[in-house]
Amino acid sequence: MVDYDSPEQATDEPTGQAAAARPYAWVAEFTSVADVMRAAERVRDANYSVWDVHSPLPIHGINRCMGLRPTILPWITLSHGLVGAGLGLLMVWWINATTAPGWLPNVQGYQFLASGKPLFSLPANIPVIFEMTILFAAIGTLLGLLGLNKLPMLSNPLHQSRLMRRATADRFLVVIDAEDPQFDRVGTAEFLKTLGPTALELVVEDS
Amino acid sequence: MATSTADSIDRVADPWERQRYEPSHRAPLVLGDHDFTSVTDVVTGITLRPTPPLWYVAFSISLAMLSLLVVTTAYLFLTGVGVWGNNNTVGWGFPIINFVFWVGIGHAGTLISAILFLLRQNWRTGINRFAEAMTIFAVCCAAIFPGIHVGRIWLVLWLAPYPTELAMWPNARSPLFWDVFAVGTYATVSLLFWYMGMVPDLATLRDRAKSRVAQMLYGFFALGWNGSSRHWLRFEKAYLLLAALATPLVLSVHSVVSFDFATSQIPGWHTTIFPPYFVAGAVFGGFAMVLALAIPSRQWFGLHDLITPRHIDNMAKVMLATGLIVAYAYSVEFFTAWYSQHHYEQFVFMNRPLGPYWWAFWIMVTCNVAAPQLLWLPAVRRRIWFVFAIAVLVNVGMWFERFVIVVTSLHRDFLPSSWTLFAPTWVDLTMLVGSFGLFFTLFLLFCRFLPMVAMAEVKTVMPQAHGIEPPIRFDYQPGPDTPKELRRGHWFT
Repeated sequence: MVDYDSPEQATDEPTGQAAAARPYAWVAEFTSVADVMRAAERVRDANYSVWDVHSPLPIHGINRCMGLRPTILPWITLSHGLVGAGLGLLMVWWINATTAPGWLPNVQGYQFLASGKPLFSLPANIPVIFEMTILFAAIGTLLGLLGLNKLPMLSNPLHQSRLMRRATADRFLVVIDAEDPQFDRVGTAEFLKTLGPTALELVVEDS
Repeated sequence: MATSTADSIDRVADPWERQRYEPSHRAPLVLGDHDFTSVTDVVTGITLRPTPPLWYVAFSISLAMLSLLVVTTAYLFLTGVGVWGNNNTVGWGFPIINFVFWVGIGHAGTLISAILFLLRQNWRTGINRFAEAMTIFAVCCAAIFPGIHVGRIWLVLWLAPYPTELAMWPNARSPLFWDVFAVGTYATVSLLFWYMGMVPDLATLRDRAKSRVAQMLYGFFALGWNGSSRHWLRFEKAYLLLAALATPLVLSVHSVVSFDFATSQIPGWHTTIFPPYFVAGAVFGGFAMVLALAIPSRQWFGLHDLITPRHIDNMAKVMLATGLIVAYAYSVEFFTAWYSQHHYEQFVFMNRPLGPYWWAFWIMVTCNVAAPQLLWLPAVRRRIWFVFAIAVLVNVGMWFERFVIVVTSLHRDFLPSSWTLFAPTWVDLTMLVGSFGLFFTLFLLFCRFLPMVAMAEVKTVMPQAHGIEPPIRFDYQPGPDTPKELRRGHWFT
């Protein structure tokens, strides 16, 4: 890992073991929301594609500064909710309104006749169907969130970054990934310096 | 130099005081000269500093109360439900009273985390984390009682629909079955909403922790969160979706609990007002519990700048408003009984204030109707220990409300020969105390080891998050000079 406390030294060649390591990302640190939003617009306009802004709080409007598209998460929630509703309906109908013949004998329905009421009617079964809808939609939302964010990811070279440790507290980072087609060990650092960061750091791949 | 209002406001040093003179200058949600660093320090300090001795004292007391619950539950399982005061006439005694009481407590947490979020009440950020925690712990306490009320605990699985060798299924049209789904879904959704909201703050603790064990544990539960904006974007969307799901859910839960009563034929229970009345009562009692926890917590953990007089004031107002709904429901019940010309209904409602349990009814009215009226006075809302005292009274009153509903409706039924009185046994009482022990034990563990305040969310309501540098004298509001992308209201983009 190579640290540069002042951006002026940023293009110095790293030494020792780190010099040989493959770069993972350049990290530039900013101290305010406004600064990082301005920087993000510049990175977006410079046509970087594999990059990110890390912040301790959700920055409203950063999606426009970064040119991010809306997430598909609501569709995941909707589809899970529909599945939950369908399964709920199927369950209450099956367990009280059917007498399926003897295959899997324990699974066949049991027809309760209570006060001569119909074996199946929607109003009496809405509560269970509703709760199943909410349950499935909520679980789907959480799993969808984790899946789309590729979490949990407990091992990530970024976690070795010194600057990263404050990105969950009070600092804002622009991270340009080495996967980016425009990434250049020297050129990207020169570009980031023009954004006026308070610190720059080259994160290298875990050895 | 024409801003005479601003000049006169400037002379008032206390931001809270200032709000009274100029309502548009609402007190900031974070008081003091805090920046992102110091807010992080205040909240993470609670968990990362050495344990305060007072915590051990409180924890031992709670643990002792919890052990009462464990011992009496074991005694119950070994002996049978006859150890309770329930009898043939009053078949539903303390277990159901405690169940409804604790489920109700939980509702305020979801109201704060979901409904106030959808209504963009930004002041919720300071209190939502521990209100949600309170929800989960209250639901834990609630879930015990129907579980042990089945008597033969080894058959508790029969509550769930699963294929058995009996080839029988539960009756899906019964409110007791709805209850299993409502409370089960509520517990699950509350837990994952709470946990999801906490992941970024757990990452903060991971990055702040000094000890290796703490780093590993917080790191494990933080799931590798690194504050990526792409992650935040989806996170906020997920938060919005879960809030939208939790809102009808929380309204459904206490409605379903009220169906347990309302779908029966018992006078005093069989009424259509029960679902809204129960939900309002739940929010009322829940806010009382939030206040009863928030006021001491802010004192003991030094959260004065994050849980401000404005928060207390707002919660007191919610408590007052829901208290008025509850008072209205009480009076409508009497009106309906009179208007119905239904003999048994009228008897039950005369029996409540004048019968053998008159004291329970009047405790309920004093605590739930009379005491909250003091909150009309700003002078009372501004004296937080006054608010605390009223909140404790409301908690007592809400417990007695459930006692009145359950016991007075049952103890004199249609057949005078089976009229009886209900008296709790020592097992009933120790279980009630023990459930508080479980609640406080979990809450104290939460205060000690998890982020008590939603740091990331509090930061979003600070002026710095909107490109405004302090000192700022009042709550940040977007103005014409605010850059477009920094204005609020972009939540849905």
